[in-house]
Order: sequence, then structure tokens, then C-alpha cells
Amino acid sequence: MNRHEVIIIGGGVTGCSIAYHLAARGMRDVAVLERAYLTSGATGRCGAGFRHQWGTKTNCLLAKYAIAQLERLAEELDYPGGVEIKQGGYLILAYTPRMEEQFKKNLALQKSLGIDARWVTPQEAREIVPFLNTKGLLGATFCAKDGHANPFKVTDAYARAARRLGVKIHTYTEVQDIKIEGSLKTVITNRGAFQAPVVVNAAGGHAAEIGRMVGVDLPVVPERHQILVTEPVEPTLGPMVMSFYHNLYCQQTPHGSFIMGLGDPNEPKEYNVRSSWQFLSQMAQKVVWLLPVLKNVRVVRQWAGVYDMSPDRQPVLGEVPEVPGFYVAAGFSGHGFMIAPMTGQLMAEIILGLPTTLPVDMFSLSRFTTGELFVEPSVV
Amino acid sequence: MDDKTIVCRCEDVTLEEVREAIAGGARTLDEIKRLKRCGMGPCQGRTCRPLIAGEIARLTGQDQANLALPTFRPPAIPLKLGTLARGGAKNEQA
Repeated sequence: MNRHEVIIIGGGVTGCSIAYHLAARGMRDVAVLERAYLTSGATGRCGAGFRHQWGTKTNCLLAKYAIAQLERLAEELDYPGGVEIKQGGYLILAYTPRMEEQFKKNLALQKSLGIDARWVTPQEAREIVPFLNTKGLLGATFCAKDGHANPFKVTDAYARAARRLGVKIHTYTEVQDIKIEGSLKTVITNRGAFQAPVVVNAAGGHAAEIGRMVGVDLPVVPERHQILVTEPVEPTLGPMVMSFYHNLYCQQTPHGSFIMGLGDPNEPKEYNVRSSWQFLSQMAQKVVWLLPVLKNVRVVRQWAGVYDMSPDRQPVLGEVPEVPGFYVAAGFSGHGFMIAPMTGQLMAEIILGLPTTLPVDMFSLSRFTTGELFVEPSVV
Repeated sequence: MDDKTIVCRCEDVTLEEVREAIAGGARTLDEIKRLKRCGMGPCQGRTCRPLIAGEIARLTGQDQANLALPTFRPPAIPLKLGTLARGGAKNEQA
């Protein structure tokens, strides 16, 4: 029997960040259980972007603190080669008067929190992205400090730093059941049983299944999102271009390839990571319209991953009151990677009973019972 | 093959880098692909996949035939976004 103080279920960026932040605060008897390899779930399939431009104070601050950590992550975690940070900004396009109004409200909020984002006219947008099709564009918001980080390397950096501090990471170890006796939880896997008084559910799209093992109903459902990557070309596109109107995003990574994705509002809520030719066709049509120069760039590969969607598209963070010692960090709804440094820090603080760096009450599971949903106006 | 041999020609990954990943605990093609980019280029691993599998098998004492292969992802060959953008409308009529 493997006995630990804390067991974290899920070897994505969230699980590894929590493990590191626990160990860095002295809690070193931690095991991470991952069903396949690290980043095999949503982390390794995500769009690799981070942004400050949110529409609520909570998310703006969460992003600001998390990005500050990403900027110095390689140094802090002693990760040679870095985590491929590129801060070319996010250009978020507005096509309707309602979007313009909301974006300007967001900007005022961001400014009040010390986030340097601004409104740009279509002409100014073309100075940032010279080949942008500005047809129908009312303007955009731009924050130069938004950008890209490599999710594989960020996760690897956390995992290595955690291991150095004594954390045990078990890959290809799939959780099959959880038994609770008193305060002790026994996590049964295909590679034997693990015991700890504290279990953290960081299982992303599988979080609801893990919840059911301890009788907790988590309103987190998997939703497929598709994405593609092109061949690498010379640096052409500075910022991530994002359009809520077209439901798309596109950015060029430091490696030179373009990563782009498209949301489909009719996507069924199920665990599906297969890709479709319909996506390839729709993505190509929309992106070639918006950024015509990309028509000559070749698609190398397409794939899919799942968002772990919660009813208000905001994560659930904290302990489940009915099951003391069972914690949840899931439901990130498509923005888990970019805030993972802060998720790790806040979860470590919650688990260790320390004061939290930022307020976390709005992320409690009980909001879905009381109806106090956390509404963020600025999500894809 | 020596350390400087390039095993992934698309992404310029040397055998040394592959060995480094295995020394760091990687046991599968999927893990090495994600850390080193081998197999992520235009040929999608057609050249490097068996070479790296052989190296994993040799260094970790596994049977190469039992190693899990990374998912083969579409498209089979690189296609221009412009070509794909035109193709969609045609297919919809069919």
C-alpha cells in the first residue's frame, strides 16, 4: 500500500502545479496519479495562449498573477531552455455594438486593476496585424502582455520541480475507484492502491467520474474542441487574434507554426477527442477570410481535446463540504492552462489552511445549489 | 548511430535529445514527441517513429513490438489552408 498525505488525481498542468505548490510550501508527501502520460488530456491539446483581458475582477486578477508567474517560471523552477513564452499580445475583435460596449467596459475594469490593455480602431488593428481583413470590424482590444507558453514544457517544469522536492508522479496509473473509511481515502488503480487523508480531483474532463466515486455530483461535463497546426513559417503574426463573433482564435507560436481553433456551439456534451473533416473545412474558410495571407500555409495536423465545462464556465476550486478531505480543481471550461500557476498556488493554500492570495469563495461548488453563478462575459 | 545523428529531420531532433528524454523518465513515443517535437513536423513521424521506438526499446529493455504508437492524425499530407477553404463548399453540394 502506498501511503501519502495528499493524492492528486490528474497529471495535467493543474495537477502538476498543485503538486509543486504544495511541495514548495513544505507538503512533500504527495502523489500524482495520471491515467496515461503527463499532459495527455486537455493540457496537451490546448491552444497554448494566455491573456489578461477578462471581464470580471476575479478573472483579471487571477490571470494577472498567473501570467506574472509564467513570465518567471523557467527561472523559478530552474527549467533549462525555458517554456517558450511569447508576449505578442491578444487582439480581440469587436463586430457588433454590443461587443464594443462590453469590451470597453472590460477595458475600464482592466485599467483599474493595472492591466495595460487598450481599444484599437480597425486601422490601428492593421498596424498590429497588417494582413487582417477589417471588413465589418468596429475595433478591437489589445493587450501587449498576453501571449503564448508551451503547455508541455510548463507541465514538465512543474513535474520536475515537484519531483525534486519529493513528490511521486505515477503515470499510466488509472484511478478505478475511491473508498472512504473515516478520514482515510483509498484510491484504487490499475497499479495498486494508494491511501491519503486528502484527495484532489484535478481530472479535467473526467472530473465528474472521479466525483461519482465518492458520491459527489460535480456539474462538469466534457465538450470537444478542435484545433489544427500548420507548418512553421517566418514570424508573421505577432498577437493571438481572437474573434468571439466567429468563435475562433489563431496565433503563431515561437516555433513558427500557426495554431488555430474554432468553437462549435452544437457540440454534444460527451468525451470525444476525435477530429472531423468538417472542422478542417470550416476552420480553413473562416481563417482564410480573416487572415487571407494564411491561404498559402499548409496544415500539418489536426486534433481535438475536451474543455471541462461547468454551468457558468468557471472552475470549481476547493473542498467538497460533504466529503471532508476531498478537494476539486476542475471545470476550467477552456481556460485552465493559462491560470494553472495560480490554481496550484490557491489550491495549495486552501489544502494547507493558509490564507489565500486571492479570494476563492466565488469558485465554491455550493454556488450551483445557491444559484450564485459566476458570470464571466469574456469567454470563447 | 552517434549522439549527433538527427533522427527527426522535420524538427531537427538529435539522438542525444531523445536519449536525454528517456534518461528523464520518458518511456513512450508520445512523451518524447511532446517534449522534443519529434514526429510533429510535416512528415508526422514517418521517419523518426521506428528509430525512436528502437531507442526506447534498447534503453529501457522493452519489446519494440509492444510500444504504443502515437495517434496518426489527419491530414495524411500537408494541405494548404486555401485549398481546404475551397474544398468545403464543394463537398456541401454533394
